[in-house]
Order: sequence, then structure tokens, then C-alpha cells
Amino acid sequence: MSKSVIYGLLLSILMVIAPHANHLPAWVSSLCVALLLWRSYLTHSGNPLPKHWLLTLLTFACLGGIAISFHTLFGREAAVTLLILMVALKFMELRTARDVMVLIYLSCFIVITNFFYSQSIPTALYMLATLLAVVTTWIHLYAQNIALKPRLRIATALLLQAIPLTLILFVLFPRIQGPLWGLPQDAFASSGLDDRMSPGSLSRLSLSDAVAFRVSYAGKPPAREQMYWRGPVLWQFDGRTWIPGNTAYSVAPQFTELDQAIDYTVTLEPHNKTWLFMLDMPNKISVPSSLTHDFQVLSKTPVNSRLRYEARSHLVSHANLREANWQIQRALQLPPTLNPKALQLAATWRDNGANDAAVVRSALAYLNQQGFQYTLEPPLLPGANSIDDFLFTSKKGFCEHYASAFVFLMRAAHIPARVVTGYQGGEFNYIGNYYIVRQSDAHAWAEVWLSGQGWVRVDPTAVIAPARVQTNVAAAVPASETAALPFITRMTSNPPAWLSNLRLNWDILGFRWNQWVLGYNTERQFAFLTSLGMENITWQNMSIIMTTGIWLVIGLFALFMLRHLFANQPDKVQAAWLGLCRKLAKSGLPRAAHEGAQDYAARIAAARPELADTIRDLAARYSALRYGAVRDEQAQREFLQRAAALKI
Amino acid sequence: MIDRLKELFRSWLFRQKIESGTIVLSQRRIFIIPTRRGFALAFVLVLMLVGDINYNLSLGYVLTFLLAMMAIMSMLHTFRNLAQLEIRAVRADAVFSGETAQFLLHFNNSSALARYQLCLTAQASGQTPLCFDVPALRDSGIAFPLPATRRGWLALGELKLHTEFPLGLFYAWSYLHFDTRCMVYPKPLPDAPLPFGTRPDGAGKHNIAGDDDFGGLRNYVAGDALPRIAWKAFARGRGLQVKQFITQAGEELWLDIAETPDQNEEAKLARMARWVLDAEAQGLRYGLRLPDGEMPPENGGAHRDECLRRIALFNLPQQAQP
Repeated sequence: MSKSVIYGLLLSILMVIAPHANHLPAWVSSLCVALLLWRSYLTHSGNPLPKHWLLTLLTFACLGGIAISFHTLFGREAAVTLLILMVALKFMELRTARDVMVLIYLSCFIVITNFFYSQSIPTALYMLATLLAVVTTWIHLYAQNIALKPRLRIATALLLQAIPLTLILFVLFPRIQGPLWGLPQDAFASSGLDDRMSPGSLSRLSLSDAVAFRVSYAGKPPAREQMYWRGPVLWQFDGRTWIPGNTAYSVAPQFTELDQAIDYTVTLEPHNKTWLFMLDMPNKISVPSSLTHDFQVLSKTPVNSRLRYEARSHLVSHANLREANWQIQRALQLPPTLNPKALQLAATWRDNGANDAAVVRSALAYLNQQGFQYTLEPPLLPGANSIDDFLFTSKKGFCEHYASAFVFLMRAAHIPARVVTGYQGGEFNYIGNYYIVRQSDAHAWAEVWLSGQGWVRVDPTAVIAPARVQTNVAAAVPASETAALPFITRMTSNPPAWLSNLRLNWDILGFRWNQWVLGYNTERQFAFLTSLGMENITWQNMSIIMTTGIWLVIGLFALFMLRHLFANQPDKVQAAWLGLCRKLAKSGLPRAAHEGAQDYAARIAAARPELADTIRDLAARYSALRYGAVRDEQAQREFLQRAAALKI
Repeated sequence: MIDRLKELFRSWLFRQKIESGTIVLSQRRIFIIPTRRGFALAFVLVLMLVGDINYNLSLGYVLTFLLAMMAIMSMLHTFRNLAQLEIRAVRADAVFSGETAQFLLHFNNSSALARYQLCLTAQASGQTPLCFDVPALRDSGIAFPLPATRRGWLALGELKLHTEFPLGLFYAWSYLHFDTRCMVYPKPLPDAPLPFGTRPDGAGKHNIAGDDDFGGLRNYVAGDALPRIAWKAFARGRGLQVKQFITQAGEELWLDIAETPDQNEEAKLARMARWVLDAEAQGLRYGLRLPDGEMPPENGGAHRDECLRRIALFNLPQQAQP
């Protein structure tokens, strides 16, 4: 194993592992780097590789480390970590070409595991670069004397030739809808939304630029204040945390006086939950789903791949004008002894003999006028009476705090109320004409049940920070906090035009990439092949076309690669000699098939004595040039000149 | 029955004839199969594909397909690495038994495509392959070593030229069976005095003392007997020199197999080879007498080689003439 093979391998492994660095435990990353550095030192200095027992010890130590870090040896994260550590350790006992092959195959697996975390366009380009490095090293393994440049050239040629073939395979390979077996729980990045909410327990709202879903409206989009995407509905409060409570209830909701229908298409990023997001109130949806009693739309199976659905909602409606009594009771549940000041406050609103609608107005007016602030970095509220602390002491919070406090006050005033979570608003991509809803658009609001109106949405956050609902989070927070916002969210408040265009174009590219590359599934394949004019799409037909296409392209490549080798192109020397033979044949002395140059020359010399010297000389030169071991440019030129000069 | 058919098929597929001149590796001559590493890759790719399907990894599909297609394309590259090479066996210089014969082969690459990591093995022997590169537009000479174990003609036999370049996933090979052979002289005895004075013609008594007359020193050449090396001169730093003993110039010496004291025929021939070398080294005119013919007395390299050749081929009827 030459040193340069080891160094090439080192670079390849580094490139393969590097993207994992930000989700590996710190000790794994540092151990990998240490092992690779150690190996490069050993290679450089020529010292022997570490002893077998030492490596065995290290291996067990790594297993122990993984068990401690992840509390398990199974599951995706632990498996990926284990794979990476095994590669780094295998590198330490690399001796034969077979070990290198094992390492190269394992590297390919690690490259694939990186796609669990990201499948973006930059990731794809990085994969190509990694593959090039790996293949260049691979070639070096089988030809130790080959220089870097031809090695790189052959690797590039292989890669470039494989790309059109891959395209055929990608389009036509019959797609099977996974999963084939149960996925580990941690298989997908989770959403920014949760089905529980504890205002005051987080001192900072975690905001992420990650896209939750994209929406394109069939007609005119609704006003931004109407864009409430419903997620889990939270009923039950224990003084600290809101949870959905009893979800077994399955009475279909009743919507009456529906108006202002909106048709739209949602492309939902996988979040491994069954939630399908729709505008209030949902009417119909194009994928199999169910509608819960609290108007949430749930998929039959967890959304673990990108899902596209068409839906219709009504912006105006009366929802559940008649509500079951025990549902009303659920919507009035409160921890009885906590937050006495809030209970008292609500009671004062009732004391004036006001009706429900007037109480709601009182509450909103209270929030508006008592100096409440919208902030993403509210103080912690660790006390038992967290609602009291918020309403009367800190007065700082974001949507969760306001929704939670408002619903508490409503229930205290005997108005049925509940917390609704989901997304609000979104960013309009005016180039692609669709809305991007990010995790940072996650929101919480309230719903109260008023007799004669049913469930009515009330968003207390809109009272404190109207900009949150009308524009976005960045517009709502005080200027001192904008630095804490993620880049994209910050930029959307006041971007320079060119940057905004660049960003939106990039999002369109990402959208297309998601649709056509990452979201290329059974349905999309079917639709695409149909649009190409293919009929009778079965997996047999696709396989036949795919195989034929592949062999055709390979045949074309073979033609181009081998043509110049097999083409009947006699070299200049031979061409000149054959020309000479033709001339002589015309004068009545054709060369017999079995006759060598010297024999032929002898026969010509006998028949045409005046040519004897010239022809013997030419034959001798021809034999020397054609069969001699050494190439002599000078001699070749002379021969060509003399052969051309011969007159018969 | 099946085995017999297999054998028939193999002998048809790989049918070879012994060739002279130039062999061009045409499509018909090159065979190609996947290696074990190739099958291992196929297995790895299947595992990857199952993972891609299960986790719905679109880029995983892309990577899996890219690797698979690169593997397939590497087959063409492997094939191309051998295609249209022109090979000719040039010569092999005579050696003594026990030495290694070097068969000179010429690989002419008339294409603009460099060929890497070509390996040659002799079909018959289990020696490690001889691997080399053939640069573009170049005629490369390759000396293929073959151990010479017996006197007589050593045929180059069937060679296998193979390559796994570039990825080691496919094994392309071709058989080369040239009619080239190498003359192997018997291994000479380390030391055997020349048979002066034992000539049976009885034509007057010659002074045989010449065998012991010291006639000077000359430079050592391979094959000289060890006891004749002038160790004293060597110790004085004059290099390896050999003591020369003189007899009268023009004197004729007959080397007759009948005069060898040995029992064994191979030992007799080994002694004869020693005699020829010594007689030539001493500048004698010597003739060779074997039961199947005589070589008239003569001196010179060509005569020595012819004598050694006659000795080497003695009693090997199947190899009588080249």
C-alpha cells in the first residue's frame, strides 16, 4: 500500500465524515479527527500500525461511549455514529487492498446516511465531489503507478458517463412506496410544532428557517390575517402545560353558513406526525384523512415523505353551533386553586352583568391597555401561579403566553375556550407565486364558543402585536431582539431587492428540486411518464424501457470509447506502403497476400531491374519502421518522402 | 457428461493455437468477468437500494444508481485497457539450467490511450504476476522471466495477460501462446579438468604438462570454474581474475562424451558443458564428439554456442530441431 493511496483515502474519509460533524457528539468528531491524524502521522513516519489489542480496546470503548451518549446501540443516530467510528478504526488497521475495498464500501454507506439530515442541492453537489475523491483513490488502489492527473481524468470520465445512465434509472426505476419495515422513531426531523405547550418554561422561542410547507392558491389568496393553519387543539390545562386531553371523542363537526371558499395546494414537508395543515375551516382534501371533532385534519399514516395535497377551506362559517354538553365542560376545565388573581380579574368582568361577547372584548382591551409586550425572550415563570405571574408581573411573552392566559381568563369567566396551535401567515414568493410557511411561523391562538356563533377564533397576540399577524415575527419583535432571529426571518422584514430576488429564486429552485427530485414517488413517476406520452405504465414496461435505454446509452459510450481503437486506420507508414503496392499493382506486379515486404521487393527487383535499388531500400525502411522496436520520427519522414517520390 | 460438455465448451470458447509474429488483442480474444469485489459491490448496492426505498431517500437512489452505473461503465474501461494492443515475442537469450530465462515481449500501444496495470502470468507456473504499464503511442519491451529447470528448449508456453483496471470490479484477460522458446544449456559442473592426452587417436605422445603450465591471468567471465580463480590476485585488489594454462596454439582438443568418467548421462553432459566453456575460455580449438554426430574443432562464440546447443539437445528426440 503506497503512502499516496493512504493519503487519498484519508482525504476521502474526511470528506465523507465532514457533513456529519454538526450532529455527531463532540467526542466522536474529535476521536475521528485524532485517529485520522494518528494514521497520517504513522504513514508519514513509517512507524508500525497500532497493535491489535489496542484497537480492540478502542472499539469496545467506542461502543461504551455510544451506549452512554445515546442510551442505546440501536436507532438511526447510534447506528450512524457506530458506522463512522468503525470506519475511522478500520483505517487504523488498513493493510491489504481488501481492507481498502471494505473501507470504500463503508464510506458509500456513510454518504447515504448523510441524506437523513439533508437532501438539498448543495448536499447533492457535495456528494458528487465526495464520490469523485473516493473513485480517484479507488483507481489508485488498482494502479499504483498512475499519476494524479490521469487518475482524476478517469474518475471524472466514469462519473460523467454514469450521470446520463443514472438519469434514465432515476426516472424509470419502478418506485416502491416505502417504508418496507417500521422506521425508528427518530427517522425524521420533527416539526416546530408540538402537541403540548408550556408557556413560561422556555426563556427563548426556538425559531427555525426550516420550511414547514408551501402553499399555492388557485385563486386570489386570502388576507394575511385570515391565514390560520390549524394544528393540534389543546383542551386540558394543569396550571403549567396544555395538552390535547381526551381525543377519543369522534362526533363529526358541523359547519353551517359556509362562505368564501378558498382552493389551494399544499406541499407539506415530512414531520412524522399525522397532522395535515389546512386553513380554517376545512371543507375537503385530496388525500385520505379524517376530520376530528375540534376541526383538525389528520392523515391516515404519519407524513414521513413530502406530501402534496389539494384542499378547500371556507373563511367564513359557523362551527358547531350546537356543542355537546360534556364538550362544553371540557372547555371550561381549570385547575381550581391556582392563579387566584386571574380568576378574580375574570370575575370582575362578569360582575358587570356583561354577556360573553362583552367579556371577550374586555379581556382583549385589558391585554391591549395594560402595557403587555411581545418578545421572543420572555422571563421564565417558574412559580405555581404562572398565569398570574405573567398577567400581573412580567407582562412579556409571545403567542403561547397570550393564548394560554386568554383561554384561562375565558374559562375563569365561564366562557368555553381552548388553545389552537398551528402556523400563521407565511412569506409570499412573488417570483414563484406561492407562500412559504416556515417553522418560525408557528403560532398559538384561542377559540371561544359563543352561543349563536359556535367556535370563534380570537387571537390575543394580534391585540398586543398586530404586526405579528399582519407581517411576520420579525416585524413584531422589538428592534433589540432582531439579532436573535434567524437570517431569513430577519431579512423578510426589510430586504434589499436584489437579495430578496436571489433568495426567492433560490427557494423556487429548492421547490422544484423538492418536487421533481426528492418528491419523485410512485404518483409523480406515473404522472411524468404519462405526460411524456407513455401508455400502459406497469413496472414490467418501465423495466423493459429502462433496460433498453441503459444498454443503448452504454452502446453509444462503447462506440465512442472504442471507435478509435478498432477503426481501420493504418498508420502513415503502412498507408504509404500500401499506396506503393497499389502503384506497383497497376504496373502489373500485384503483391501476393502471403508476401512479406522483403520478398515482394526481391520479386519486383527481379522483374524491374531499374527499380531494384529503390524498392529494396523502401522495403528495408518499411520493415524497420513498422516492426522495429524504436520509433524514429526522422526515419519515418524520409520513408514517406521517398515512397511519395517513387515514379514507376 | 455435464463436465465433458463444459470441457468441450471451454476448449471451444478459449480455443487457442500457438502463434508466431504479432498478436493483436481483438475483441474476439478478450474475455471479461466480474471479480469477487464486483459481486461484493453488487451486494452492497442492493442493501443501499433497500435502505433508499425504506427511508424514501431520493438522493440515496441517485448515489446508488451512480455507483451502479460507474461499475457498469468500468467494464468498458477494463475491456478498453486491453483492446487492440499489439504484442510480439521477440527473443529469449540462451541460459544455463538453473538460471531464469528472460523472454522479451514487445507491447505496442499505437493508440493515444495509456494502458495501466497489465499483468502477465505463465499458465503453467504459479508465480506472482508481472505487472506493468504501457504508455500511449509507445512500443514497450517487457522481459518475462521463466525459471529454466531442464536442459533443452524451454517454451514460453501459454501466457495470460489480464487487468482489473480501473476499479477492480471486472477481470479482463486474454491468452497469448507464442511459439517462442529459449535454449537452456545443461548446468555445467563447477570444475572438471579438460581431457588432455586421452585422445584415442594415439598420434604421438604430446606433452600434457601444458595443463599445469601457468600462462597468465585474464578477467573472470561467468561460468569460469571456481578453483581457477586467482584468489591471491583478488586479495591484492586486482579484481576477479582467472589463471590461464597454456597448450600450444592451434592444438586440437576433442571433447568426447565417451571420455567422461561419469555414470549418469546428465552428469556427463554437465561435464561436457564445463569442458566447452573452459576450452573456449582458454582459446583452444576444440571439437565435440557425441554419439549422434561430431562438431569439427573450431574456436569462437558461435562455435561454443553451437556446441552447447548440441549438448543441450542431446538425446531429446522430440526437440531435435527448432
